[in-house]
Amino acid sequence: MKNNLYKYILGIADNSLILGQRLGELCGHGPSLEIDIACTNISLDLLGQVRSYYQYAAKIIDGDKSEDDIAMMRKENEYLNVLLIEQPNTNFALTIGRQFLFDVYHLLFLKELQKSHDITLSAIAKKAIKEVSYHQRFSMDWVKRLGDGTEESHQKMQDAIDTLWSYTDELFHQTEADKAMIEKGIGVDTTKLKEAYYSKVSEILEIATLKVPASKWFQKGGKEGIHTEHFGYLLSDLQYMQRTYPNMEW
Amino acid sequence: MVKEQNIDDRLLSILEQVFDPEIPVLSIMDMGVVRTAIIDNNIVKVQITPTYSGCPAMDVIGDDIKAALKSAGFDSEIELILAPAWTTDWITPKGRKALEDYGIAAPLDAEADKEVLLNGKRIVKCTNCGSQNTRLVSQFGSTACKAQFQCEDCLEPFDYFKCLK
Repeated sequence: MKNNLYKYILGIADNSLILGQRLGELCGHGPSLEIDIACTNISLDLLGQVRSYYQYAAKIIDGDKSEDDIAMMRKENEYLNVLLIEQPNTNFALTIGRQFLFDVYHLLFLKELQKSHDITLSAIAKKAIKEVSYHQRFSMDWVKRLGDGTEESHQKMQDAIDTLWSYTDELFHQTEADKAMIEKGIGVDTTKLKEAYYSKVSEILEIATLKVPASKWFQKGGKEGIHTEHFGYLLSDLQYMQRTYPNMEW
Repeated sequence: MVKEQNIDDRLLSILEQVFDPEIPVLSIMDMGVVRTAIIDNNIVKVQITPTYSGCPAMDVIGDDIKAALKSAGFDSEIELILAPAWTTDWITPKGRKALEDYGIAAPLDAEADKEVLLNGKRIVKCTNCGSQNTRLVSQFGSTACKAQFQCEDCLEPFDYFKCLK
């Protein structure tokens, strides 16, 4: 039970940590000052949520691991985030597409997680919903603006959605830990969110004059610890300081 | 709205002297982040709740509360709680006035907030000249809790404190 709950929390928290890291990469590098600030603010929200999750996870395994150890000192195959959010910021359309495809899921997920029988997870979810609503507004707004924008922005946004589409189904993939927690009334049965997810995503893509990709072939692996090539590079950035100077403090 | 706030009267004047490090005109009491402050066996137990999960000011606020209580002769324990989640409704009328005077437009109600941030409706009052002819520049401002606006009449750029409910 303990182990499953621990893994379940990591499955949620790692998504926010890794997406937070990706967005943080844009600090000082955003395409405009406003976008730079928006992306880093969203990153900050996600990292704040992550701290609450990891503090709880550290308490559950009651070993000597701290929230920082959990965040910084695991090996690649011990991170349980979905593949979608580790995809790189190759261009702005990909950054926005990744954010949009995750935000729609994230909000649906948190709205269910707030009903969890676990009071800590429920409290974190209630807090996070307010923040993620703003994230979703931001990313939807940009999908519409780029999709229904110039010929070039339309094409880039469409390419981004096409590229990222194969990672969307994994959001609903359930691990053994997920299934055990759903049974206990702690976890969210994500299969029930799938229809609402694709319908919301399709609605926004249509407004943005974009095509919903027809491909039915999907990637998965992240939730089981098997990641894309991009992930190792991301981790070496994320973990560099802690690995080089173990137990360093700011 | 249930506030579930429990502050010992003897501590009120001390806590009112602790200010938000990012908005230095706003006391933490006017911000509504202090939920409980009780004296138990000569130790003050304080519960604070973050405005946003990632608010970097929370650690500083905790330290500042400890220091203020210490100089008033109290030892204290600070606890961070998440539920019930903070809402902009907890900012006091005095706090809203302090925000406006400082140049930050106070949060509108949830419906109006949505109209402003999603549909570009022009109703946020410029903190400099009072005009409602104001334009949303960015949904995220200098901190996660604020959006960036510009007045189209006097051209003043200013922050708007987003509604969080």
